[in-house]
Amino acid sequence: MFTAPQVVGLLQELSFTHVVTIPDSTLGQWEDDLKACDSIEYVGVCREGEAWAVAAGLHVGGATPLVMIQCTGLFESGDSLRNALFDYRLPLFAVIGYRSFLNQSTLPGDTCLSFTEPILEAWGMDWVLYDQAENTSEQLEAIAAQCLRCRETGVPGVALVAEGRA
Amino acid sequence: MSQSQAGMPLVESLNVLREIRGDDEVVLTVMGTAREWMALGEPHPLDWIYVPSSMGQAPSLGLGMALAQPDKQVIVCNGDGCMLMNLGSLVTITNQAVSNYTLIIFDNGVYEITGGQPTPATSGTAALVDHPALARAAGFQQIFVFEDLDAWRESARDVIDAPGPTFVHLAIAPIPGAVGPRSPGPAPARAQDFADAMQA
Repeated sequence: MFTAPQVVGLLQELSFTHVVTIPDSTLGQWEDDLKACDSIEYVGVCREGEAWAVAAGLHVGGATPLVMIQCTGLFESGDSLRNALFDYRLPLFAVIGYRSFLNQSTLPGDTCLSFTEPILEAWGMDWVLYDQAENTSEQLEAIAAQCLRCRETGVPGVALVAEGRA
Repeated sequence: MSQSQAGMPLVESLNVLREIRGDDEVVLTVMGTAREWMALGEPHPLDWIYVPSSMGQAPSLGLGMALAQPDKQVIVCNGDGCMLMNLGSLVTITNQAVSNYTLIIFDNGVYEITGGQPTPATSGTAALVDHPALARAAGFQQIFVFEDLDAWRESARDVIDAPGPTFVHLAIAPIPGAVGPRSPGPAPARAQDFADAMQA
């Protein structure tokens, strides 16, 4: 939905220092530009649960990390997320790719569509679905506003970004 | 080398670290190491007592700290059971090539605080898994193995000073009946205090 330059521009605007991530077929298209960005460090992890813990360490060390994973990784990383966001109340922000949302025929019956939103709701985070592929500029502005709102209120947040071809 | 009976005493092995620890060095402890580290004396502002924890995530948490503060040495005191939960983190750590990072595995071969059940890396008293070899295969260049307390004491400072990422394997005797650690206070407030010390 977003181009790599758009994403890098957004993260620079929001002063993120590190992107802690595992790519999927959408997020992975941003990887080269993220790695080429001088102001953002790219931290690839092996499993999504790691991402929240690495981001937690970065945060308490004074950095401003973004967790960027697919919704399947959200499912995997529950205990790590719970610990960082709720035991220690670290206001981490994440971009989570919503697999197949824009073209649900790609993976018919994909259970990601059944569980992603209820799980985010269960965690009680500030989460917003961005699925308006024809309005990317407005969507990017909305993500920025959400992120800043989370920072001001000191709460964790998730930008749930619809994936697939619109 | 996991082992469930032999090995150096946990408390004394941690005390070695306490004696040589520099004032600007972060020490992250979890599970049994957290329990005994707290009992050894007054907390240091750069102690991260990882209680409550997400079991397995201590190496990753410490990696984030090391990346954020490259001038501070970060020492992660992990258990073998915890390590087995997050072996991929070994690769993540070496991929980031953090020179200010030391991962110490206190290997007693068992899940101590749940009653001493052997980990899948142990059968009876026999080690089934070579933890240092795992680290080597994951890309660690600096690997140190100690089965004797005196040898650990003699080398500990040099080990910490070695350019990392560094992997240290200590053979530790399990403590029968040991209980889990208790949080020394509200976790959010401790996290804020630690962050203040890290960024001072």
